[in-house]
Amino acid sequence: MSEEEAMVDSQRSNRMLMVEDEAGDARLLQLAMRQSGFSADIDHVWDGYEALDYLRRAGQQRQRAPRPDLIVLDLKMPRLSGLDFLALIKQDGDLRAIPVVVFSSSLLETDVRSAYELGAAGYLIKPADFQELISMVRILGEYWFTLVRLPHND
Amino acid sequence: MAIDSTASERPALILLVEDEAADAHLVRLALRENSVQADLAHVLDGREALAYLRREGPSFVAAQRPDLILLDLNMPRMDGFEFLAAVKRDAGLRGIPVVVLSTSDAERDVRSAYHLGAAGYVAKSSSVSELIAGFGRLSQYWLTLARLPTHGR
Repeated sequence: MSEEEAMVDSQRSNRMLMVEDEAGDARLLQLAMRQSGFSADIDHVWDGYEALDYLRRAGQQRQRAPRPDLIVLDLKMPRLSGLDFLALIKQDGDLRAIPVVVFSSSLLETDVRSAYELGAAGYLIKPADFQELISMVRILGEYWFTLVRLPHND
Repeated sequence: MAIDSTASERPALILLVEDEAADAHLVRLALRENSVQADLAHVLDGREALAYLRREGPSFVAAQRPDLILLDLNMPRMDGFEFLAAVKRDAGLRGIPVVVLSTSDAERDVRSAYHLGAAGYVAKSSSVSELIAGFGRLSQYWLTLARLPTHGR
């Protein structure tokens, strides 16, 4: 990367899309992100259908929806489950390059395995403790927003 | 953090696909410097990596399935992209996360890697201290934080 590109890169903020139907979990995650010291613009949608509309910029309110650099996905949601959403976006040539990290309370081996087979770029268990959530979010941010290169999805 | 005791019985296994001996050496060094509790298997190109994963040939009969693959892109015989595509096409292997390690900064390469199913794209740093710090983050994410499939462990 040239210095100029690096500057542009650091000026553009990281964008994350959170797909989460539980208002409490969404709030805690946002709070943990702020406290863990990494900055990302977080948009929140409530289920898989809404997430698909957001990503495909479908519908009046979504025309200017930014392309996220990372998607954090709950599994257990009404209407369209997290696994179904994951399968759909990994089949979509325009969207499949966006990494999706599953954030779930399910410890089931079948959920873990299915998520990776469908293309998840990580499977995180929701911790019960807020301090653990902060340290989890810090590691997540250091991996995705400090260490790795992400595609420019604009 | 929620760590399942059954999953931690044996250390994680990382498969490193890297043709440059010096780079492979640095990866070992970086894992050691970070006290990463993982075994490392090392193969030299994509074709050998596929043989390893499919347990083909006498040297790989007893090969263990890795929990994570670290993949160089620029290799002879079968390059990293071809290998990544082959793994993600294979229903028995596609669940293994593959992190690309590359010297290429080209946006085209980054995009292709994610498009093919990479679970991360790390630009190899020429600075050893940056490399060590990078492996610290990588192993924290994949080996401490993320739950990986256990495959009957």
